[in-house]
Amino acid sequence: MEPAVAEASPAHVSFHDVNMAFDGRVVHRSLSCAFPRGRITVILGGSGSGKSTLLRLIGGLLRPTGGRIRVAETDITDLPDAELFAVRSRLGMLFQGGALLDSMTVFDNLALPLRERRTGSQQEIAGRVHEQLTSVGLDGVEDLLPGQLSGGMLRRAALARAMILRPEILLCDEPFSGLDPISLKRVEALLAGINRRLGTTLIIVSHHIASTVRLADQVLLLLPGRAVTGPPATLQGSDDPEIAGFFDEDVPDESAYHPPADHEPVPPGVPAA
Amino acid sequence: MTKLVREIGYRALSTVAELGRALLFAGAIVRATVLPPYRPHRYLEEIHNLGVLSLVIVCISGLAVGMVLGLQGYNTLVRFGATGSLGAVVGLSLIRELGPVLTALLVTGRAGSATAAEIASMVTTEQLDGLRMMSIDPVGIVVAPKAVAMVFVMPMLCALFILFGIAGSYLVGVTLMGLDPGTFLSSLSSSVRFRDDIVGSMLKALIFGCLTGLIATFRGYFSAPTAAGVSAATTSTVVLTSVAILISDYFVTALWGFEI
Repeated sequence: MEPAVAEASPAHVSFHDVNMAFDGRVVHRSLSCAFPRGRITVILGGSGSGKSTLLRLIGGLLRPTGGRIRVAETDITDLPDAELFAVRSRLGMLFQGGALLDSMTVFDNLALPLRERRTGSQQEIAGRVHEQLTSVGLDGVEDLLPGQLSGGMLRRAALARAMILRPEILLCDEPFSGLDPISLKRVEALLAGINRRLGTTLIIVSHHIASTVRLADQVLLLLPGRAVTGPPATLQGSDDPEIAGFFDEDVPDESAYHPPADHEPVPPGVPAA
Repeated sequence: MTKLVREIGYRALSTVAELGRALLFAGAIVRATVLPPYRPHRYLEEIHNLGVLSLVIVCISGLAVGMVLGLQGYNTLVRFGATGSLGAVVGLSLIRELGPVLTALLVTGRAGSATAAEIASMVTTEQLDGLRMMSIDPVGIVVAPKAVAMVFVMPMLCALFILFGIAGSYLVGVTLMGLDPGTFLSSLSSSVRFRDDIVGSMLKALIFGCLTGLIATFRGYFSAPTAAGVSAATTSTVVLTSVAILISDYFVTALWGFEI
């Protein structure tokens, strides 16, 4: 597999010959790549290409079957759980479904990591929670349960929780999926703001090409048997049809569907039964 | 033939591995309970939740079982002219066996399955991974309070079941069948021994509480992150716990040495 290492800034997260397999099914083979510090990297790839697995490997939620992974100057490959917790305190993760505790209110969800670390009085914690919710444009939802929020609000509440400990690295698993265009742009703007104003390294798994092109400093494209990295514009203009095709949003040719032999074609203008 | 042997070997090894994993998991629960950070409010919350979930069902079932025992006991004892022993028969049956066993089975069906389903759905919706990513141990904040609460709640619910059971049999024996209240109560108090019966009964409830708490949380925690995983965790919790309760009941009875 060709190495896909960024050269611009020092790596905040790096993979060296990483192998990953589930029950014999290989997801990553000799994957080497780097995620530069303070930049936004978007991971693209087809379904089942191991994009979310990559995020879970960085978070230490999964262990690779081979190779080394370094996160914020620490080799986490064989790190015991207790030490892994120390590394994770420098990471934040925005899960696709939010992963907020559904038995707790939004306020308690955000306050939980602060309370667990006993950082400050209850008043100070409340202040930080309100500040964090305001920063993502969510006021007045403190007493609601996660189940009472809309998809976009839930994503922003989850983002607020992921950022409450001010992590150096923010991992985002499909932050734009299932959002309406307005919510999508709002989440996109929040992520860009987090990166530009706080210098947080963002590693985003996404299928959303338009957002990727707007947001990403670097794209890591996972293709069958290889990984390619580069700025979105470079990959978009690549001569390699497999790479360029990933960014191509032209309407697909509907003749790709072949109906069953016994299917009666519906004449034009007649509504289908 | 080799396929059969291989299958048996595989199943045996899987069972041993599963038991080992459950033991390690129990160790993690104990460690999370006794070592800081302490979260007393989480434990109280879970004790309250489990109690509320099971209270009504335990009281109603206790009353019904007591009434049936009173009726059956009276109808049997009347043949031998020994209706005066109804209090002893009902009391000993409830305290030694029916109270702990039926309470544990009821709590398993109600609170045990709910616990497994809740934890399994937290696995499915990545809530436990969310905690891990905040450097919070899910065993400490989610699992241990639920498992320990089950151990606390079981003896209390068992005592309540027995109390309602005795009340039910009193209702039938004394109010309906016209047995003398003094005879009923004196037969009950003279036959029940504190160490053998009351302590033994509470010990059983405690052990059943440990089993229910461990199996429900273990099954939920290690469930597959799918809807089928939630369903499998719930079903296997009820089945496994029920079998474990009935088997362990025999051994506790034999080892504790309940005197006749």
